[in-house]
Amino acid sequence: MNQFEFHTTEEMLALCHKHKLSIGEVAKRYESERSGKSVSAVRNKMKQTRDVMYEAVRKGIHSTQKSKMGMVGGDAHKMHLALKKMPEMMGNKVTVRAMSYAMAVGEQNASMGRIVAFPTAGGAGVIPGVLFSSAEHFKAGKRKLLNGMFCSSAVGLIIAEGATLSAAKGGCQAEVGAGVAMAAAGLTEMRGGTPDQCFHASAMALKSYLGLACDPLGGLVEVPCIKRNSLGCMVAIGASDMAIAGVKSFIPFDEVVLAMRNIAKIMSPKIRETALGGLAVTKTGNMIKQKLGMKITPMDL
Amino acid sequence: MSNLSIFDIAGPIMVGPSSSHTAGACKIGQFARALFHDTPKKVTFYLHGSFGEVYKGHATDLALLAGVMKLKTSDPNIKNAFEIADQRHIQYKFIPKDLGEKYHPNTVEVILEDGKNKMSVIGSSIGGGMIEIVKIDEFDVYLQGSAGKHLSLVVCHQKNPKIMAELIKKINKLGIRIAETVESSFKDERLTVLSLEGRRITLPEVIDLEMNTEGVDFIRSLSKLQTQ
Repeated sequence: MNQFEFHTTEEMLALCHKHKLSIGEVAKRYESERSGKSVSAVRNKMKQTRDVMYEAVRKGIHSTQKSKMGMVGGDAHKMHLALKKMPEMMGNKVTVRAMSYAMAVGEQNASMGRIVAFPTAGGAGVIPGVLFSSAEHFKAGKRKLLNGMFCSSAVGLIIAEGATLSAAKGGCQAEVGAGVAMAAAGLTEMRGGTPDQCFHASAMALKSYLGLACDPLGGLVEVPCIKRNSLGCMVAIGASDMAIAGVKSFIPFDEVVLAMRNIAKIMSPKIRETALGGLAVTKTGNMIKQKLGMKITPMDL
Repeated sequence: MSNLSIFDIAGPIMVGPSSSHTAGACKIGQFARALFHDTPKKVTFYLHGSFGEVYKGHATDLALLAGVMKLKTSDPNIKNAFEIADQRHIQYKFIPKDLGEKYHPNTVEVILEDGKNKMSVIGSSIGGGMIEIVKIDEFDVYLQGSAGKHLSLVVCHQKNPKIMAELIKKINKLGIRIAETVESSFKDERLTVLSLEGRRITLPEVIDLEMNTEGVDFIRSLSKLQTQ
């Protein structure tokens, strides 16, 4: 077994305490050990990943292009404009900007732009939304942001090992839910939270997403996915605030992950990315199906 | 327990909208193109299951064609695949077709033709951008397309055990180990997939092996694709 190998929260925390390192730093060393590349090479790869994410955000906040089916497009731009009229908003600059960034990535994905599937295409907005917006607020150095991204990846890896990151297997909790839990930990690390606090933030965030259906209209990653990413930023920031304030999750993160796996197992396939239940079979959902030449599904009430 | 990379989570970098219907489809196209070894003049895609039902909404058609033209899964030009194919005088057709129950719902049969040669490749997109190639012409195969430890060499040769033995000797001489050999036969021909370990085999080496080993019809290296 490699020195920095981990599969669970417990193992990760033991490594953090033993080496007096943050989660992000352990993740970096884990990847270096696993791939046989230097830590700086691993960091450089994450920089490339970050640059692609930035590019998607930058394009998305200025784009007003509608997606092929006309269901989404231009909302990131609206949220971006709202940043100039903050007195009208209830959230602060960090949250409004995070929501606009998350939408930007989702809209780019829907219109065939280049994105990073972090952790998946469907949940790709939350992490850039939360981490980039907060980094701008802290005026954080590059290293801090990268560490946040490494920390988020480590949390994602624990979810992938213990449960799943595929909505086809586990519903939306496994994609947007996972993204929110990952972003909550990444943000907490960037703010100087301890590894324990990071996992408390993740646990509290993921608990709020357990059981969420994956029921996109026409099976496309557009409605409700993009707005779910956007609002997921609020939950991630909230969970991180709670952890920093000293609130602890009563259930440890590893157990929350197992709960997610359990729910995935008993969840109907109709709400696992098949467009056969939930929002996908509403009147509007069926209209989109018809437009796409798919079979209409009567709503089972 | 699997040994995931941090970049399996923070990645892949891809063009949307779907990892299975877009990124995976593009990858199947790349594999088909690599196995065919040349730019085809005509490509026909038979779309099975979910691919056949929702390919338009997920741009599966664009991604497949882009892959056949060697575009990467992260290339923003995927959305212009039809125009690029027209410029390169490549004919393309998409036909929904039931390939049979044994195939994964996200499966496509790609028929590549260039006037002289014709090849059929069947591939499935199994989620998260990962794919499997399950059939090449009449041969049942199993090739995986995700960042794995092994790199594959696909060899089509006559059914004579000496041919493979000689080829493996040559590969070992290059300092490359063979981790696994999987064979599939049809009539007098055999298709062998070699999983290589150690360093990456270079294109000149592959061409040299193909030209100078008797009884070998073709050798295709998939190393570049598998680590992309």
